[in-house]
Amino acid sequence: MADANVKAAALEEKEPFFGKKERKALSDPLNDNNPITVQVLGICSALAVTTMVKPAFIMAISVTFVTAFSNLAIALLRKGIPKQVRMIVQLVVIAFLVTVVEQVLKAFNYEIWKQLSVFIGLIITNCIVMGRLEAYAMANTPWRSFLDGIGNGAGYGIILLAVAVIRELFGRGSVAGFKIIGSTNEFLLNTTQISWLGWYQNNGLMVLPASAIFLIGIFIWLQRASNKKLVDIS
Amino acid sequence: MYSNRYITVYTVIMTLIVSVVLAFLVTGLKPYHDSSEAVFKKKDIMGAIADQIPSDLKSMPDDQILKLFSDNFDQVVLDANGQQVEGAMADKVDMAAEEKKPESERNYPLFVYKGDKGNIYLLSVRGNGLWDKIWGYIAIGDDLNTIVGASFGHVAETPGLGAEIKDNPNFPAQFRGKKIFQEGQYVSVAVVKGGVKNPDHQVDAISGATITSVGVSDMLQKGLKAYLPYIESLKTAN
Repeated sequence: MADANVKAAALEEKEPFFGKKERKALSDPLNDNNPITVQVLGICSALAVTTMVKPAFIMAISVTFVTAFSNLAIALLRKGIPKQVRMIVQLVVIAFLVTVVEQVLKAFNYEIWKQLSVFIGLIITNCIVMGRLEAYAMANTPWRSFLDGIGNGAGYGIILLAVAVIRELFGRGSVAGFKIIGSTNEFLLNTTQISWLGWYQNNGLMVLPASAIFLIGIFIWLQRASNKKLVDIS
Repeated sequence: MYSNRYITVYTVIMTLIVSVVLAFLVTGLKPYHDSSEAVFKKKDIMGAIADQIPSDLKSMPDDQILKLFSDNFDQVVLDANGQQVEGAMADKVDMAAEEKKPESERNYPLFVYKGDKGNIYLLSVRGNGLWDKIWGYIAIGDDLNTIVGASFGHVAETPGLGAEIKDNPNFPAQFRGKKIFQEGQYVSVAVVKGGVKNPDHQVDAISGATITSVGVSDMLQKGLKAYLPYIESLKTAN
């Protein structure tokens, strides 16, 4: 018995704390397996909360928190979860974490909570979270699953922020509330004062959800054009 | 394969743990929720007359907002007949709940700002936009006729179109100087398309947001009317 324990411990030691697999879990979702541009998940919230940078950032943090800790929790419980009710168990864990995020946000950043409104609650149904639990956390160690959660949250967050920066800059002339281009003196570039910028107008399409789907489409195109792994061989 | 018993016990225990933890969390955070909600509401109310208040609301810390509000504002609750409800606080009146009551039982909140240039009365209105509810605070000056400020809010109007009632400061600014009475008759302020013809009682609609604009018009017509009995009684008292 004691012998077996020692053997098991030795086996575990062979796996480095932050080895190739861990790095892959963390970095894969950022590019090769990005949840938005490759798996095309989580589009609903990507359209809705990307009109401005600040809510998009809070949303990215929230989703990262939920994916990381639900992955960790499910990976810890994975051997005891009855297969027949595993989806329900996963949902309870996700819903619990999302409620925590929502309550904390409501208490300490009420205005952002108002802006994000239902989309915080909708993290529960965000396919990224449940997808990672089913695909990864049910079959991997807690530490690796946690990293996978962080990676997927970050992969989602990067796209969200990129879309939000473009939409806020061209739709409202600002980035994260910092006024850059517009027709009054509050803006860094005042279009009425600079003669060669007199034609510039904010693009109304950018504040509508439709622009996000165009932008995400363009991102997918660029990524597929530059990343050889994603090229469809057939 | 797990037995039915294991599954039942597993789910019951898990649900119990999660619900107990959440119950503690929600109870623990309740005071924070209440205070941030109160500050948010007060900022919203004072935003309607931001240019009349000699301090910068945006950069003000929360406790100063509450102090500014309690120092400078009187709170009055009116019933459907325009009578004051004794001992009631206007910031406790929930317009969404009042709306569900029959008209004769509704209460209306009124905030009175005691500034240098006489009283400013802040009336609360609520109506329907395109997708969901819209609401607003209309500030009426000492003459009980001229609008001195307005602010609007909404649940889910379209960004860039209907949401402009809140996001574009030019829209509420249009209401400044409008009058709600014409030769003693109540006419409210209408939001119209295709140019303002009656500059005392009309403002320009938002292009592309017809239903929200009509909703604002409607909300003002009905909402301000509810305060008429009280306004009349103030006028006779003067």
